[in-house]
Amino acid sequence: MLEVTSLSKSFDGFKAVNGAGLSVKEGEVVAVIGPNGAGKTTLFNLITGVIKPDAGKVLFKGQDITGLHPYQVCRKGISRSFQVVNVFQRRTVFENVQVSILSREKKTWNLFTPASKMAIEETDRILQNVGLIDVRDKTSAALSHGERKVLEIAIALGGNPEFLILDEPTAGMSPEETTRCIGLIKELREKLGLTILFCEHDMEIVFSISDRIMVMVRGSTIIQGTCEDVRCCQEVQDAYLGGSDTCLM
Amino acid sequence: MKKSLLGSKLLWVIAGVIVLFLFPLFLERFYVYLAAIILLTGLCATSLNFVLGYGGVFQFHHAVFYGVGAYGTALMILKSGLNPWLGFIVGPLVAAILGLIIGLICVRLSKLYFGMLQISLGSLVWAIVYRWYSFTGGDDGIHGVPLPDIISSPNGAYYFTLIITGISMLILYRMIKSPFGSALQGIRDNPVRSEMIGVNVRFQQLLALTIAGFFGGVAGSLFVVVDNTVFPDMMFWTLSMELVIMCLLGGWFSYLGPMMGAAVIVLLRTYVSGITVYWALVLGVIMMLVIFFLPNGVLGYVDEIMRKKARNT
Repeated sequence: MLEVTSLSKSFDGFKAVNGAGLSVKEGEVVAVIGPNGAGKTTLFNLITGVIKPDAGKVLFKGQDITGLHPYQVCRKGISRSFQVVNVFQRRTVFENVQVSILSREKKTWNLFTPASKMAIEETDRILQNVGLIDVRDKTSAALSHGERKVLEIAIALGGNPEFLILDEPTAGMSPEETTRCIGLIKELREKLGLTILFCEHDMEIVFSISDRIMVMVRGSTIIQGTCEDVRCCQEVQDAYLGGSDTCLM
Repeated sequence: MKKSLLGSKLLWVIAGVIVLFLFPLFLERFYVYLAAIILLTGLCATSLNFVLGYGGVFQFHHAVFYGVGAYGTALMILKSGLNPWLGFIVGPLVAAILGLIIGLICVRLSKLYFGMLQISLGSLVWAIVYRWYSFTGGDDGIHGVPLPDIISSPNGAYYFTLIITGISMLILYRMIKSPFGSALQGIRDNPVRSEMIGVNVRFQQLLALTIAGFFGGVAGSLFVVVDNTVFPDMMFWTLSMELVIMCLLGGWFSYLGPMMGAAVIVLLRTYVSGITVYWALVLGVIMMLVIFFLPNGVLGYVDEIMRKKARNT
């Protein structure tokens, strides 16, 4: 479904992403792992058009989406959540998700119909699914960090995507929130049949929910394969553990 | 609970409108004039706030559209020889087109850079108007614009201003509550995220800038009705700063905030400038106090108190 080949981007000569490759099949859950600064977020930014690549190609369902604007990428059916909480601060939880739905339905040019009567059911359904229905009318700035991370995902779901990119969905969450969030991701896959690409530092989560794993180090792809392949790959161990010969985990 | 809060707000607005309609019956001519100036300045500030407070665009030179709307109306009435009512459509339209053009140039920049470029482009328009004696009357401006009979009397001008301002305020309010307004506020809070949910941020902002230009122009053409004159100072950048201050003072996240800010500043300008030439000093001190103690503006503060009360009961 998503095919990334030799993608590169440098900032002032620093190669943040250097010939990264990645492939995701429909219905799969793929994790991207790597040490801090490996270029995971940059890779996601390149795929979603937030920044433009210097070289390489991104194919989505056979279409070339390299260098498109984020809103164009979104309209192709790719949604994402952000690592650093990136919600609409002054708007209520409900409005946060609703605007995403309105945008998908191409209603943002509608100047005169009151928005308060639109897409209510769908918004409430998403909030119900992710477990935010109780805080529906709170301003999103008043939420806890964990709730805001979930709101991140809810906004992404408002776009009714086929392909969901989650950038460290559980970062900064409490253990209970993390458990709930993992449950949510599993549910998204099973109930909605979403294809999910995510990155995460917690190896336990990575191994428990992903079908395949891609490992990035210093901007390049080291390996992409099943959990087994990755666990015993020598290069991965070098990168993570400084070359010890025990299996990862 | 929420309903009653909303209901009481609506009640206040209706009461306010009724009082405004009765003004000419018991107020002297000067105060009616003053009320009209407050209304149209408030409309201008509200149209600025449409992009500033709701759109997060730093439109620092909004007075240009106010001035262009006024000049457009006055020149159309004086020079075209067509039906004078046409002037009230042409003025705002010219302002809207100018809003679109300046927007097209500035929209690729963000925040402060947008503001700086906008000030310089706006000043360019001001300089042209200031110098083009044969067409705009240069620094003398234009005096004694002939108006249709029905709005040429002080009371006629007042009612015309009141009605047009009311309609414009309703339209702008409707727009803020529409999906367009929702997306616009999303862009204010988080442009990156907005793009990521499929909103074409620049187009959305451009449309907002055009609308703001239009209603700035409406305010300008109302000034022609009330004051019968136009002059280049109407689009000087100091007036733009005053408009920004009105938004901040009244509260740029509450819809009627800028209108209230306009009332305060117009009244200050009228009364304090009678006592001292340093009226801007008073304004500066007030502004500082507002920023320190009421960061959401006066109406923003009132809103907060109301919400707290509603939560406690």
